[in-house]
Amino acid sequence: MASLRINVPRVTSSVLLLAGSILLAPSLYGQAVNSCLDCHSALDGPLQVTPEKFSQDIHAQKGLTCVSCHGGDASSYDPDQSMSRKAGWKGKIDRRQIPQLCGSCHSNPAYMRTYNPSLRTDQLDQYHTSMHGKRLAAGDTKVAVCTDCHSVHDLRPPSDPRSTVNPVNVAQTCSRCHSDAAYMKPYGIPTNQFASYSVSVHHEAMVVRGDLSAPTCTTCHGNHGAAPPGVDKVQNVCANCHAFQAQMYGKSSHFKAFQEKGLPGCVVCHSNHGIRMPSDAMLGTGHAGVCMKCHAPGDKCDLARSAILGNLTLLDGAIKDADQSLRLAESSGMEVSEARLAQDQARDSLTKARVTIHTFQTSLVDADIQAGMKIAAANLKAGQDAMVERNHRRIGLGICLVAIAFMLVGLWLYIKKLES
Amino acid sequence: MCAEQTPDVSRRRAIELFLGGGLLASLASFLYPVLRYFVPPAVVDLGGDEVVAAKLGDLKPNSGKIFRFGSKPGLLILNADGSFRALSATCTHLGCTVQYRADLREIWCACHNGIYDLNGRNVSGPPPRPLTVFDVHQRGDEIVVSRKQEA
Amino acid sequence: MIAALIRWLDERLDLEGLIAPFKHKTVPRHRLTYWYFFGGITLFLFMIQVLTGILLLLYYRPGANEAYESVQYIVTRVQFGWLIRSIHAWAANLMIFTAFVHMFSVVFLKAYRKPRELTWVTGMILLFLVMGFGFSGYLLPWNTLAFFATKVGTEMAGQVPIVGKGMMIFLRGGPEVTGATLTRFFGFHVAVLPGIVTVLIAIHLFFVQRQGMSVPPKVEAEWTANPAARREMKFFPNFALRELMAWYVAMGVLGALAAFFPWNLGVKADPFISAPAGIKPEWYFLFMFQTLKLIPSKVWFVDGEVLGILGCSLAGLLWMLLPFFERDKAARTKVWVTGISIFALVYVIGMTVYGFLAN
Repeated sequence: MASLRINVPRVTSSVLLLAGSILLAPSLYGQAVNSCLDCHSALDGPLQVTPEKFSQDIHAQKGLTCVSCHGGDASSYDPDQSMSRKAGWKGKIDRRQIPQLCGSCHSNPAYMRTYNPSLRTDQLDQYHTSMHGKRLAAGDTKVAVCTDCHSVHDLRPPSDPRSTVNPVNVAQTCSRCHSDAAYMKPYGIPTNQFASYSVSVHHEAMVVRGDLSAPTCTTCHGNHGAAPPGVDKVQNVCANCHAFQAQMYGKSSHFKAFQEKGLPGCVVCHSNHGIRMPSDAMLGTGHAGVCMKCHAPGDKCDLARSAILGNLTLLDGAIKDADQSLRLAESSGMEVSEARLAQDQARDSLTKARVTIHTFQTSLVDADIQAGMKIAAANLKAGQDAMVERNHRRIGLGICLVAIAFMLVGLWLYIKKLES
Repeated sequence: MCAEQTPDVSRRRAIELFLGGGLLASLASFLYPVLRYFVPPAVVDLGGDEVVAAKLGDLKPNSGKIFRFGSKPGLLILNADGSFRALSATCTHLGCTVQYRADLREIWCACHNGIYDLNGRNVSGPPPRPLTVFDVHQRGDEIVVSRKQEA
Repeated sequence: MIAALIRWLDERLDLEGLIAPFKHKTVPRHRLTYWYFFGGITLFLFMIQVLTGILLLLYYRPGANEAYESVQYIVTRVQFGWLIRSIHAWAANLMIFTAFVHMFSVVFLKAYRKPRELTWVTGMILLFLVMGFGFSGYLLPWNTLAFFATKVGTEMAGQVPIVGKGMMIFLRGGPEVTGATLTRFFGFHVAVLPGIVTVLIAIHLFFVQRQGMSVPPKVEAEWTANPAARREMKFFPNFALRELMAWYVAMGVLGALAAFFPWNLGVKADPFISAPAGIKPEWYFLFMFQTLKLIPSKVWFVDGEVLGILGCSLAGLLWMLLPFFERDKAARTKVWVTGISIFALVYVIGMTVYGFLAN
C-alpha cells in the first residue's frame, strides 16, 4: 500500500487558498490576482504581510507588487508555481543583496523619471561611502541596510509624518540600533547619542516646536552616506545654519588651536548630541563653564572671559532695569509702547553680543554691548520721563483740588451766612 | 449791631474771596484741560493700519530701513530702480529681526541664515513661511506703509 | 451787569414767573436729609458723562480695526485725553454706584409709597438703562476683557426662552460678537440710550418737582405728634448750595481717581483667541453673575442658567412693582417689604463681594 503522506503545507495552503478566494473573491473583483498577499496575510510573524499593511506602501500605490522585488508568479495559488525559481522567485532577500536590489530601480535615472523625475538616484552610491555601506561590503550584516531605516512592505515617503525617515522620526529610527548597548557592543562606539539628543535644544525645536528645519541625526551625519563629518570639519556642518558663529570662529584664535590639537571645533564647548540652549553661565566658573576646562585661572584668557561675562551681565541688567521702569510707568497709566518696542532692539544687541563671543575678542563683544547699553539707557529714561509726567499730573490734580477746596469753604461760609 | 460791623465786613470779604476765588479757580482748572483737549495733536492719528515709515530722501537706493508698524518692526526697502517695498521684519522662524542685504538684493536673517526674496517668499534656510508684504504709497514727501486690504 | 442781563430776559420771557414755584420749594430737614443728595449726584455724574462723552466723540472711532487704536491715541497723544477718558470711565462706575445708593435709600426711606409710585417706576427703568449704558460703553475700547464680557453677557440674554435668540441677535448685530456689535453698541451708547434717558430723567424730575420731597414715615410720625419740630429748608438757595458742595466733592474725587488710578487700555480684542480664564463682568453685574454660577446646571427639568436668568428678570420686575404691594392698611405688608428690602441690599452687596473674592 502506498504510504499516505499528506503534504501538510500543501493541504494547508490549498485549503487556505480555497477559503481565501471565497472570502476575498468580492474584493478581488476588478483587481489583479495577488496570490502572495492572499496567503501571506493569513500567516504569522515575520512572514505576515496584510493587504492593509501593503496598501500603505508607496511602491504598492505606484503599481508595483510583490513580484517586482521578490519575483515569482502572483497569479498562481499553487506554491510550487508561485514560488518557483523558474518563475524568478527570489524568496527572502539576503541582507547583503538588499541595497543592490533597491538600487536596481532607484539608481536608474531613466526608470525613476517615469515615476518621479525630481527624486535623487545617487542613494546607492552614497551608501557605498557610508560606514554602513563599507562594513556591509566587508561582510558585516548587522549594519543598517535600506529596509532597516525605510521599513519594508509599508514603506512611506519621507514627507509622510508616519514614515520612519520623516525628520521628526529619524532620531528614533537611528536609535533602534545605536542606543542598543548589547547590539552595538562589537563596535566600541557610544550608545548615548539618542539620550543626549533627546534633551537637546535641536530636539526641542523639532519635536516640541514642530520646526522641521531643526537638525536631526541625518542633518549632520548624512542619510545614505551616513558617517561622522570628521573632527576637523565639524564647524562646516554647524555653519550651514549657524553661519555667523562659524565665520567668526573660523577667523578666531581658537580655530587654529583646536585644529592643531585635533579637537572637534564647536563640539568642544557645545557638545555634539546633547546641545543645550547656551547661557551666559557657560562663560562662568561654575559647572556649566566651558572656558576654564582648558584655561588656567588668572591667565589673560581668564581675564578676557570674565570681562566678557561682566559686560553681558551688565547689558542684561540694564535691559531688565529698563523693562522694570517701563512696567512701572505702564501700571501708573502712562503709555510707553514706543520704548517697549525699542527694548526689542536692545535685546537684539545682547543676542548679537552673545554671537560675537565666537570671535574670542573682547573689543568686538564690547562694541555690541555698548550699542545695546545706549538703547537700554534711552528706554530707561523714557520710563523715568513717564514717571515724571505722572508726577506732573498729580501736581495738576493738587492745584485743582486746592481750587475745589477753596470753593467748598466759600460755599460753606456762604450757607452759614444765609442761615444765621 | 455796630460792634459786629467790622467782623461782618471782614466775614463778607472772606466769603467773597473764597467763593469768588474758588469759583474762578475751580472753573479755570476744569476748563483748561477741556480747551487743551480740543486742540488736535501734532501727530495725526492714522489708525492702526497705516504708518509713515520714512520721508523721501531718508533711504539711498538699494538699501533698507527698519520702521515701527503698530507694535512690530517692519522693513522698508528702496530698490535700485526707485520703487519701494515694505514687509514685516519679524523672521517667521524664531522671531529675529531681518535685514536687507544690498549685496544679495535679498532679505536675510542673521540668526540662522534664513533668506527671503523681495516678495517675502522664504527661499532658503529654516524660515517656514513667507514674510507679510505691505502696501506702500507716497503721499507728498512721506512714504506711507499700510496693511494690504483684505477682500 | 449780570443783574441787567437777567432783567432784560425777564422783560421778554417772564423768568420770574418761571422760577417762582422753585422759590417756594422746600426740602424737609431731618437726620436723614443727606440721603436726598444722591439723586442729584447721580444727575451730576450723568451730566459729566455727557460732557466727557462728547469730548471723547471728537477722537473716538467705532470699528473693529480702529476703536482700540483711537482710544490709545486719546490716552497717549491727545492733550489731557488721559484725563477725559479716565473721568468718563470712573464717573460711569460712580454713577451706577450712586444710582444704586439712591434706589436703596428711597427703599429704606420709603419714598416710593403712594403718591410716588410712578417716580419709583421711572427711576427703576432709569437704573436698568444706566446699567445698559455701562454694558454698551464697556465694549467700546474693544479690548479682550470687554470683548469676552460682551460675549458672555449677550449669550446670557440669548438663554431667555422664546425671545432670547432674537434678543441676542438684535444686541449683537448678528449671531456672533463682531465689529457689527461694536458699531451697534456705539449707536446705543451715544444716541439711543442718551435720548431715552434724557426724556425719562425729565419726567422723573418733573414728578419730583410736582410732588415735593417725601418724608420718612418715622419722621412724619414725630412731626405729626409735635408740629413745632417740623423743619424745612428752602431748596433755593440753601439745599441747592449744599448740593453744589456735594457736586464739587464728586468732581474732586473723580479727578483724584483719574490721576491715581487711570483706566488702562488692556489688550486689543482678537475674536479668534479662546477666552482668558476668569472672565467676569463689571462689578455692577457681578451679583447676578455670581447667582447664576451658584445655580446647579439642572434644576428639576429646567436648565439652571435659564432658571437663573428668568429668576433675576422676575425679581427685577417685582422690585419695580414694589410700591403696588405695600398698601397703607396692612402693617404686616410693611414689615414684609422692609424685610425683603434688607435682604435685597445684603444679597446684592454680599454677592458682589463673593463674586470678587471667588475670581
